[in-house]
Amino acid sequence: MSTQAITPGTGEPIAFYVTEEEHVHAGHSTMLGFWLYLMSDCLIFAALFATYAVLGRNYAGGPSAAQLFELPTVALNTAMLLLSSITYGFAMLEMAANRKAGTMIWLVITGLFGAAFIYFELHEFAGLIAEGATPQRSAFLSSFFTLVGTHGVHVTVGIIWLITLLVQVGQRGLTDDNKRRLMCLSLFWHFLDVVWIGVFSFVYLLGVLR
Amino acid sequence: MFPKIPRVLRLAPLALLLSGCNMVIMDPSGDVAMQQRDLIIISTILMLLIIVPVIVLTLVFAYRYRHTNTAAPYDPEWSHSTRLEVVIWAAPLTIIVALGALTWVATHLLDPYRPITRLDAARAVPVESRSLTVEVVALDWKWLFIYPDLGIATVNELAAPVDTPIDFRITASSVMNSFAIPALAGQIYAMPGMMTQLHAVINKAGVYDGFSANYSGAGFSDMNFKFHGLSQADFDKWVATVKASGSGAMDRAHYLDLVKPSIKVPVERFDGIDNGLYQAIVDQCAEPGRTCMSDMMRSDSNGGAGKESGATAPGSATPRAADPQRLNSGARLPPAP
Amino acid sequence: MTLSPDLLKFVFGRFSLASLPFDEPIVLGTFIMVALGGIALLSVLTYYRVWPYLWREWFTSVDHKRIGIMYCILAFVMLLRGFSDAIMMRAQQSMAFNGNEGFLPPHHYDQVFTAHGVIMIFFMAMPFVTGLMNFVVPLQIGARDVAFPFLNNFSFWMTVGGAILIMMSLFVGEFARTGWLAYPPLSGYDASPDVGVDYYIWSLQIAGIGTLLSGVNLIATIVKMRAPGMTMMKLPIFTWTALCTNILIVAAFPVLTAVLALLSLDRYVGTNFFTNNLGGNPMMYVNLIWIWGHPEVYILILPAFGIYSEVVSTFCSKRLFGYTSMVYATVVITILAYLVWLHHFFTMGSGASVNSFFGITTMIISIPTGAKIFNWLFTMYRGRIRYEVPMLWTIGFMVTFTIGGMTGVLLAVPPADFQLHNSLFLVAHFHNVIIGGVVFGVFAGINYWFPKAFGFKLDAFWGKVSFWFWIVGFYFAFMPLYVLGLMGVTRRLNHFDDPSLQVWFILAAFGAFLIALGILAFIIQMVVSVRNREALRDWTGDPWDGRTLEWSTSSPPPDYNFAFTPIVHAHDAWYDMKQRGHTRVTAGYFAIHMPKSTGTGVILAGLSTAFGAAMIWYVWWLAAVSFVAILAVAIGHTFNYARDYFIPVEEVIRTEQLRTTFQAAE
Repeated sequence: MSTQAITPGTGEPIAFYVTEEEHVHAGHSTMLGFWLYLMSDCLIFAALFATYAVLGRNYAGGPSAAQLFELPTVALNTAMLLLSSITYGFAMLEMAANRKAGTMIWLVITGLFGAAFIYFELHEFAGLIAEGATPQRSAFLSSFFTLVGTHGVHVTVGIIWLITLLVQVGQRGLTDDNKRRLMCLSLFWHFLDVVWIGVFSFVYLLGVLR
Repeated sequence: MFPKIPRVLRLAPLALLLSGCNMVIMDPSGDVAMQQRDLIIISTILMLLIIVPVIVLTLVFAYRYRHTNTAAPYDPEWSHSTRLEVVIWAAPLTIIVALGALTWVATHLLDPYRPITRLDAARAVPVESRSLTVEVVALDWKWLFIYPDLGIATVNELAAPVDTPIDFRITASSVMNSFAIPALAGQIYAMPGMMTQLHAVINKAGVYDGFSANYSGAGFSDMNFKFHGLSQADFDKWVATVKASGSGAMDRAHYLDLVKPSIKVPVERFDGIDNGLYQAIVDQCAEPGRTCMSDMMRSDSNGGAGKESGATAPGSATPRAADPQRLNSGARLPPAP
Repeated sequence: MTLSPDLLKFVFGRFSLASLPFDEPIVLGTFIMVALGGIALLSVLTYYRVWPYLWREWFTSVDHKRIGIMYCILAFVMLLRGFSDAIMMRAQQSMAFNGNEGFLPPHHYDQVFTAHGVIMIFFMAMPFVTGLMNFVVPLQIGARDVAFPFLNNFSFWMTVGGAILIMMSLFVGEFARTGWLAYPPLSGYDASPDVGVDYYIWSLQIAGIGTLLSGVNLIATIVKMRAPGMTMMKLPIFTWTALCTNILIVAAFPVLTAVLALLSLDRYVGTNFFTNNLGGNPMMYVNLIWIWGHPEVYILILPAFGIYSEVVSTFCSKRLFGYTSMVYATVVITILAYLVWLHHFFTMGSGASVNSFFGITTMIISIPTGAKIFNWLFTMYRGRIRYEVPMLWTIGFMVTFTIGGMTGVLLAVPPADFQLHNSLFLVAHFHNVIIGGVVFGVFAGINYWFPKAFGFKLDAFWGKVSFWFWIVGFYFAFMPLYVLGLMGVTRRLNHFDDPSLQVWFILAAFGAFLIALGILAFIIQMVVSVRNREALRDWTGDPWDGRTLEWSTSSPPPDYNFAFTPIVHAHDAWYDMKQRGHTRVTAGYFAIHMPKSTGTGVILAGLSTAFGAAMIWYVWWLAAVSFVAILAVAIGHTFNYARDYFIPVEEVIRTEQLRTTFQAAE
């Protein structure tokens, strides 16, 4: 072929072009790209954690973490999110086995756990605000509400995404595209779980211990 | 071609221009600024050791290896030389090691928080000498100087005796500024709710420029003051004048008046001071009804003020009502009378 | 009938007719000019019925080459805006002496210098650099497009959205009067309650999302889509620097997003992150913004370094000296970029050990940077330097940037910085590295890659005129600022008392005028080149005797970039192919799989811009509607599974045969 030249000396032909037809590989970079996005999101949380670390003890003559947090509620909350991660894992196992109905059922359960998490979180926020411990009250409360709230917004987005995927899997089944999307949401969901473990230990546990 | 003019002559107009201006940073009057000047010069010389050869080589190579000069050697595949690479990395490294060592030492020596130990290159600070404490407040847009030991205060005018260590305590009322007197010493930020320090000494009597070196809003360009370096006798005389001025004390009432944004404020002198005022300014509670930061922090370090404290916000909660006196509200503020 | 004030407030938020600049003749005049020009342009486009073409072929295009070109056009338009701000500042400072207040009162002047900084960094330098990376990187690595073509289009339009908001602030309301980094408490609600800072926040947030996604996109492209055989150590240097820059983007921009979000919470919700009361700490903002801000300058300069590397080796007709050490130098700079942020505020009073740590890490960056300069130097050594326009810019850069680097290291010595911080010396320094480094690099890159993008070279005469005006103008404009800095003059001053300063400001203004001529010459260069395009035409696709893969395809490249994906055997892959006597393949074509154009990016960015504007003016109903619409459109987009198509083999054959014909005619 004309694509080949001869290496001087050895006489071996060298190919300069891929001349056979390429196979279609849509989305083969998606997982890497999504992973990169998650890392950037992680840095947003890092900035919020850092802010909390710096400002988290500035109660400004107001209530402190130890005086406000109720661990039992938060423990329940945490349990909801951890369970949702496990059930998402079951959904992925079903997906790997190509069982559409099983996948969807576990996804629904995951979403319900997520919704419960959000419900308890909003409940906690409402209680704090009713007591006067509003985000405006002190730098501690500003950074607390922002860190926990940002996580909550992420979970909310995750739930919306999950509903969207439920519809799409329902419509088209477990196609390659949909599987890839479920994988991405899985990464996202577990990522939020990991962030929450950070929030739980760093904000709530340490806060109560102080 | 151009007529040949000796290089020196070509530089002459530039030299003339440069000599016509007062490069205060290159010719300061205080020992700290003098040491900073020396550091600038030494660092520059160190760096020129590598910068000049690079620029010269760039121009020489650019000329010598031009396309039309077929006499110059051409070696299109030559792209690696371990020896040269070692030099390339080692040369800047050496300079930076030297400069880094110099930086470490000088930064500690010239730390603005560190009390000065010498009056100038030849004289150490005498053991018996007392330093002059000046409390500096950056306001919108003027400077308040409080002399706690002398019991006087001034606005937009600063004076100090020569060859006496000065201990500045610096804060701001609302936004960040930077307290700068280049002839005396390098600047340091003036920040609300915080206090920075600067130690310096002025060696020559004279009048020097002081200003804010950090943009702080509409009146920033006129936030200037004169710093008077005075002989001890003149300084005593100046203090006596201020004390005899009968202008009243710099107390909270005066301060609350002064703190309102204003531009081009003339020099003001006060023959007395309210002793707690400066601390209250640093604590952000000079205005009535605000909780002092130090009180808040005491409560905070005791583990918070309890659940019920949430509802009782101290007076400093940010008001959201439209306030015509807001700093940057766009209204063009009239200069102070 | 009169409308109740409550209803007006509901519909228009805090916008009223008083928000329009009827009382400021300069702004009003500019507005009328821009409006007339805009209407004229729109009418011409409409008259010639260009809209469908623009929409189909450009606005909705996911082709990385077209997006790259659009980025550069946006950047150039914003350069004109940012530069007119610069001219106004230079004029003001050169006349405001002896009681003369100049023509810009502080209220306007403070907006001008803030807008100048923001525009030049975010909407001039960034889009230029992103545009060049977008255009060049896939071509250099032998790819057909970027990894996420739709995101690429979306990123671009988000950048445009940010730019639109900032331009809007010129005529509707006002821009921030805070300096380009908007330090609180000055940028807080108490000190700046008007719309200025909100314009700042939302334009940067919207553009920032675009930048972040484009960073993710290009990393994935470089990691995943390299031609077979192109190992990391065979990557062209420009692609290496692009990789490092995008890593910096992904690692730095989230911090900007977070810190601006916190500032907006302070302003909108009344939280206390950066306020003076209730435990807030403004210096937290200063730290966070510089944790983004310092990497940002390397985000800009690294790709410029890459451009110089390509240009120097091409126009010296010689292999780049020290490829490996160049790569390591780039990586070291990338890492160190995160360890120096505190040098921007030594004067905060952090203590001697902290200050000297950050001072020394800053100096260490000059080692790999110095190594790079030497590498370019020894690439010239025993080369055959062709003085085409890109090479002139490169030599100009090497001399200018070295000076800027030196003053930079000087500023990294904390006690020296105490004197020079915030002075005009500092202003001179960073213009020295950003103009002498980034802008020169961008002009080198434009002159270098223009023939690849459009199939004809740029006119060399006007290119040289532009270069000489720029470089001489640069020295006139900024050397006086170094002197003024040593005279103890601080930045952002509106007027002066000391008459001995004036001569230096006049010199600087003259320099700015020369730069204006340089920009004008660049525009003339474009016009002349387009008119003479047949004479400047290049059919070979390789007008400079290039070394990397982008020169192996036609100019402009076909939609699919390469009919056959190249196989790489050495760095300088195209040079290697030419050396080994490769010949072009002219048979055996096949259909090529490509992404489809989509208007979703434009729509999403448009809605985001509307959302930003609504938030700025407190028009809550519009904010809610546009937010819901963004969600709906984004979700709707995910229901579109048919995102790609095949370019039929006949079309590939037609395109490639055309190239064969033209090459034969050459």
